[in-house]
Amino acid sequence: MTVKELDQVVVRFSGDSGDGMQLAGNIFSTVSATVGNSISTFPDYPADIRAPQGSLTGVSGFQVHIGAGKVYTPGDQCDVLVAMNAAALKTQLKYAKKDATIIMDTDAFKKADLEKAAFQTDDPLAELGVDPDRVIACPLTQMVKDALADTGMDAKAVLKCRNMFALGLVCWLFSRDLEIAFNYLRDKFAKKPELAQANIKVIQAGYDYGHNTHSSAMNVYRIESKQKEPGRYMDITGNKATAYGFIAAAEKAGLKLYLGSYPITPATDVLHELSKHKSLGVTTVQCEDEIAGCSSAVGASFAGALAVTSTSGPGICLKSEAMNLAVIMELPLVVLDVQRGGPATGLPTKSEQTDLLQVLFGRNGESPMPVIAATSPVDCFDAAFQASKMALEHMTPVVLLTDAFVANGSAAFKLPNLAEYPAINPPYVPEELKGKWTPYMRAENGTRYWAVPGREGFTHILGGLEKDNQTGAISTNPENHDLMTRLRKQKIDNIQVPDLEVIGDVDDADLLIVGFGGTYGHLRAAMEELRAQGKKVAHAHFKFINPLPANAAKVLTKYKKVVVAEQNMGQLAAFLRMKVDGFVPYQFNQVKGQPFVVEELVNAFKKILEN
Amino acid sequence: MEYTAQDFKKGQPRWCPGCGDHFFLASLHKAMAEIGVAPYNTAVISGIGCSSRLPHYMATYGMNTIHGRAAAIATGCKVVNPDLTVWQISGDGDGLAIGGNHFIHANRRNINLNMILLNNRIYGLTKGQYSPTSPRGFVSKSSPYGTVEDPFRPAELCFGARGHFFARAVATDAPGTVDILKAAYNHKGASVCEILQNCVIFNNGTHDAVYNKEGRAKNAIYVKHGQPLVFGENNEFGLVQEGFGLKVVKIGENGITLKDILVHDAHCQDNTLQLKLALMGDGDGFPVALGVIRDVEAPTYDDAVTAQIEEVKAAKKYHNFAELLETNDIWEVK
Repeated sequence: MTVKELDQVVVRFSGDSGDGMQLAGNIFSTVSATVGNSISTFPDYPADIRAPQGSLTGVSGFQVHIGAGKVYTPGDQCDVLVAMNAAALKTQLKYAKKDATIIMDTDAFKKADLEKAAFQTDDPLAELGVDPDRVIACPLTQMVKDALADTGMDAKAVLKCRNMFALGLVCWLFSRDLEIAFNYLRDKFAKKPELAQANIKVIQAGYDYGHNTHSSAMNVYRIESKQKEPGRYMDITGNKATAYGFIAAAEKAGLKLYLGSYPITPATDVLHELSKHKSLGVTTVQCEDEIAGCSSAVGASFAGALAVTSTSGPGICLKSEAMNLAVIMELPLVVLDVQRGGPATGLPTKSEQTDLLQVLFGRNGESPMPVIAATSPVDCFDAAFQASKMALEHMTPVVLLTDAFVANGSAAFKLPNLAEYPAINPPYVPEELKGKWTPYMRAENGTRYWAVPGREGFTHILGGLEKDNQTGAISTNPENHDLMTRLRKQKIDNIQVPDLEVIGDVDDADLLIVGFGGTYGHLRAAMEELRAQGKKVAHAHFKFINPLPANAAKVLTKYKKVVVAEQNMGQLAAFLRMKVDGFVPYQFNQVKGQPFVVEELVNAFKKILEN
Repeated sequence: MEYTAQDFKKGQPRWCPGCGDHFFLASLHKAMAEIGVAPYNTAVISGIGCSSRLPHYMATYGMNTIHGRAAAIATGCKVVNPDLTVWQISGDGDGLAIGGNHFIHANRRNINLNMILLNNRIYGLTKGQYSPTSPRGFVSKSSPYGTVEDPFRPAELCFGARGHFFARAVATDAPGTVDILKAAYNHKGASVCEILQNCVIFNNGTHDAVYNKEGRAKNAIYVKHGQPLVFGENNEFGLVQEGFGLKVVKIGENGITLKDILVHDAHCQDNTLQLKLALMGDGDGFPVALGVIRDVEAPTYDDAVTAQIEEVKAAKKYHNFAELLETNDIWEVK
């Protein structure tokens, strides 16, 4: 047996949507992160809860990229593909490198399985052109049955452990410490120790099988970690990080956290996560619809809470009117949009960046609203904190954009120290204004004061009708409406956001790569790759989209060529062209519901450089 | 501290002269003064429509929001700030058409809101279209040949959504209105008050049978928990049960005495007879029931939310963000 040292590796677990691929992938990620590897994950699951077993549409995948140094994406194609059945092999092979190792369960490649996966012959490997020498073909199901034969578990429960055998085998291949996986399972199944024990037994069986049977023929690998910032870490998904960001912001502001929501893929995990934390005083209401989710949040905000509503694109359509109510009443509100494929129901489980113009402009009237787009799973924490701070301090709804890729992906998260985060100071109406105060009096930065019900001397009526700037009474006065419109816009324009950062060949790049939100990792990786190939390139990524960073125009007009790469048909490019005089970028647009592929980006950017 | 109606008044109402909303507003001010909750601990939240202008005439906290969403907005307000007394004001269009979903779910959840439904069976602010409470065949600008749909009966919706409180008053009947508003406040949970209110411009006369005192004496019955269900100018009529339904009888005829008359039970869990009372008066020879028709105690949503938070706080070991982080699998890089 030889041990080869690798800088990075991509593993993809795939199987039926009931095969537990997400769990196996998660445990492998955790084990890798725990030994100090950098990780980036991408769960790729079908919209159906349980498509017919063994069918092509029911295949669920989980890809994890682990690296000795920093990894920015879950990887384009995998080095190891686990295919738990024939359908998985057929649909997932396209995500594997030409020389990838393939692990397959021969027990799930029987005649019926091959038929369900629409194979024409009884030799799937030949049919797909896979070199048998790179395949670890094992009767995985049978070995799981054997390993658990003396436990008295029923057949169905035994079959549920198949994913752990595959996990054990992958752990062997990458010389992973099984004890970390065992601890994970003991913790997960704390209330069912016999189940934890069965899973542990199967992992060990998978590991031993690899070690005993394939050691002579296959290499095993080590990915040593390096250059990692010291500290304490946990694995976190984007949705969980978002929920944590809201909790942190509420604590920092000294406010109750309220979430009004309606379940919608891929945002529901934020509702799940926040619903758990009642011991922190978090109030969640699963409302009757998206409209009530947002409306109840507006009510909660009026009553003095940090109010959040969470959804995806279709939900934004329904919430728009209530979002606008928060605009005209100038109340703080965070609207989380975890973007998915559209239009209409679209591709519920897939990722896109197609809601940008909707959240910027998709409401009636002049409706300025800040937009922040999180750039990675870990960045969701800071982005949620910043969105909350902005909403509370500027008395405005703020849209936080993430996407299915960032929301479901995970990475190692250095535990934040809340003491190091900035204070959050909402503009509560000063007591000395009692008797003189009217609802639209503004603090110096143009922000309306907040008078929370329960305070004597500050009773007032807000509403969706235009109000007189002086008295707060309903007004249709033309001059007043023009003034109020400008004041609402000015208030948003006054918000200070960090400057746009340029990475790479900052001074002399021939091409500036521009993106926003969840494509950060792919664009960064493409930029690094191009530089490794000797090209002069730089990368600037928008997290703050409205208002734009003060230096945005300067950065965008500094370089000979600029490409705006986004997972839509050019929405950021359109917005930047509207905001920056004379800015005409190249565009790279892809709307496949899948993450960018770094190699494709590199090739496309090279063409632009050669133009 | 003692309050007067004046303490809750603000501004000059802009409703049409003679509009039923004027009468209701005066009763609301009076009821609030008698209830005695401070204006600064009171929130009045409405949707859109003529009646939804009401918060602008209140010296309390409040919002005149967007069409149909008042119940949802009031829900968020009450859940995070249970110390506030929250009144939700809607018309029949705002509450039962565009806002129907929120109306039923606020009732189902039993949120401690006082939900006022000002029912004039017409859309006034958009100048005269039929509403979900307009009777079948109703002729309006949007139904010049008469509607071909049946109306909602608010009590039916409320009961269907498992509502625990339903009361009715006529806008012009100040004592009757103040009575049910106070009862709604005293009821813990969602309290629906249907106010029969006249639109003088677009649907004048819709509640004529009971709109004045004389009409009510003939055509209405004031129901009171624990009291026999009698009505008429001299209380000469009464209600008795017959078969699956109710029947009007004359006391003193056919050997009927006061003892035979059904006694109203607003606290009865089973809403069957309460619903029958609530649906009377639809041209069926029965009087229109006014007063508190159903008033049954049940756990409220806002109390349960608060209680659950306290329960989980006591059970869980983490109570701030730093402690929350520690509940995860953590590894250290040195």
